[in-house]
Amino acid sequence: MNDFLEFKNVSKRFGTVQAVDNVSFSVKRGEFFSLLGPSGCGKTTLLRLMAGFEQPDNGSILLDGQDITQIPPNQRAVNTVFQNYALFPHLTVRENIAFGLRVARRPRQEIDAAVTEMLKLIQMEDKADQRPNQISGGQKQRVAIVRALINRPRVLLLDEPLAALDLKLRQRMLLELDLIHDQVGITFLYVTHDQGEAMSLSDRIAVMQGGKIEQIGIPAEVYEAPKTSFVASFIGDTNFVDGTVTALPMPNYCRVRVEGLGEILCYNDKQKAVGDRVNLSLRPEKFHVTLEQPQEDARLNVLRGKVENIIYAGNHTRFWVHIGERRIATYHQHRRYHLDEKPIRWEDEVWVWWDADSGYMLDDYAPLLEERGITPPPETIHSANGKEQRI
Amino acid sequence: MKRSRIPLLTTLALLLFFYVPIIVLVIDSFNGSRFAGTWGGFSVKWYAKLLQEREIWQAVRNSMVVAVAATFCSTVIGTCAAFALHSFDTRLQRVHNMLIYTPLVVPEILMGISLLLLFIGLKIPLGLFTVFLAHVTFCISYVAMVVLARLQDFDFTLVEAAQDLGASNWICLRRIVLPLLAPGILAGALLAFTLSLDDFVITFFVAGPGATTLPVLVYSMIKHGATPVINALSTLLLAVTFAVVVIAQRLAQEKHT
Repeated sequence: MNDFLEFKNVSKRFGTVQAVDNVSFSVKRGEFFSLLGPSGCGKTTLLRLMAGFEQPDNGSILLDGQDITQIPPNQRAVNTVFQNYALFPHLTVRENIAFGLRVARRPRQEIDAAVTEMLKLIQMEDKADQRPNQISGGQKQRVAIVRALINRPRVLLLDEPLAALDLKLRQRMLLELDLIHDQVGITFLYVTHDQGEAMSLSDRIAVMQGGKIEQIGIPAEVYEAPKTSFVASFIGDTNFVDGTVTALPMPNYCRVRVEGLGEILCYNDKQKAVGDRVNLSLRPEKFHVTLEQPQEDARLNVLRGKVENIIYAGNHTRFWVHIGERRIATYHQHRRYHLDEKPIRWEDEVWVWWDADSGYMLDDYAPLLEERGITPPPETIHSANGKEQRI
Repeated sequence: MKRSRIPLLTTLALLLFFYVPIIVLVIDSFNGSRFAGTWGGFSVKWYAKLLQEREIWQAVRNSMVVAVAATFCSTVIGTCAAFALHSFDTRLQRVHNMLIYTPLVVPEILMGISLLLLFIGLKIPLGLFTVFLAHVTFCISYVAMVVLARLQDFDFTLVEAAQDLGASNWICLRRIVLPLLAPGILAGALLAFTLSLDDFVITFFVAGPGATTLPVLVYSMIKHGATPVINALSTLLLAVTFAVVVIAQRLAQEKHT
């Protein structure tokens, strides 16, 4: 059951660019697996290696235990949904969907039955005899998906299939993709740069950067327990806080002195010792921002700060709070909102508090992010000492 | 507001300039008089006479044989050349491109002389075969240019999509690439056909005795004094050409919708 699809030490170089750098991972049967990363991270190359359009320089690709590295694309039991759909413009919708079966020389009745079933699945029976340029973007997308599904591939490869659609359509197709995956039960390998798509569709996500996989995990894992500062900043917003361990006051917890912020308590799952440097990712929604002082609690970090910026967005408010020499971005969900409650305003002195368990220790050191040549997405709030801050 | 008449007048003048000679020719072909200046009443006697001119029909046959054969060969070779030029990216690419362009810009008379020297040097007897070879030589360039232009717009992910769905190279070529490139290849073939059909200069050099094509024959007939039979022949040629152009446009439109 495990390791249905396996990449073993796969590398691929294009000229001077190392597109895929010694990547190994495996996908389970029936899983919806996403490759997530910025453009140029190597995710599309991995997909093309899987489809057979490219040959790896090193390593091998195994499908159900069989090495398929040398098998040409037209003999692999995998099919692809292309980013620009790649529907054949001179064929009708019906002929496009039937292409895979016709090439396989299946009997006519079987082809007709299968195509009709697929048309029904995407509710496009009435468009069967139209050409691709006569149907809408969302319809092209659906035709591309069922065209790839009709050969019953063992793995369906999807290359940014929603990138060309507008927002509303994208959200609807997201649901449909999920539905199709449930119905056909085929393993999906999904490539995207959109963390929202990856989070909402995937069983597991591999976050990629610079030809390497930074982390593989279920969506909650990569969000709540990012391994590296790249993963923390690429998926969602975060505050990076770095400091030195000063004490181990209780089991599994450590005190960290953060320059320009003060002493904070942190969950010590990495078993750091006194004197070690640590780098924390603190997600904005983990903070509480209040005018009243919270009740004392040993595992609570409570700091005093001044509100610097407020963005009210109906269902939530974002506060940027200046604490010491740092700026912390917070996110407050309006679970209840009383109009007569005294609101927090600009320049207000506030209490900022969070549970020591909410911060997460990263394997690398945040300021190294830029040294590694990685530009964090503009949404990231970088609170490293003295550095330019992005909002 | 009064609109300027200049665009309309310019258009009319231009159309007259283009088409008056042709109209005159067509009318003259039905002229009963032997002389172009005087109208001798409507008559189809020149067409009747044309039917009896064995020499002309022999030349028409020669022209057609050469044009069809040259079109076929140059379309196949030219299309292959376009594919090769498009898909290989070597340092010699510029040279290759230039070599394809060259026959388009080299003066025809130069081509004619050089081909003649080549055939004599190789001791190939001049005749229809040499005319055919010469026509293939320059038609390849035209076909390659036209098809290459089409290839530059061609979406090669379609080829990947076909392979991905299990198509072999052959099926991919037959079901996807050729149907999609057909308008371009057809346009190239039509160009080659018309170029071959009315080429005079090169043919004049490399055609041996008994291999007279229509343009060469017409030229020699005119030298001995114009005969209205040529008007009749030209009118027929015009009708055929016109029909071919209309059919080609129909085909091209069908591909687009």
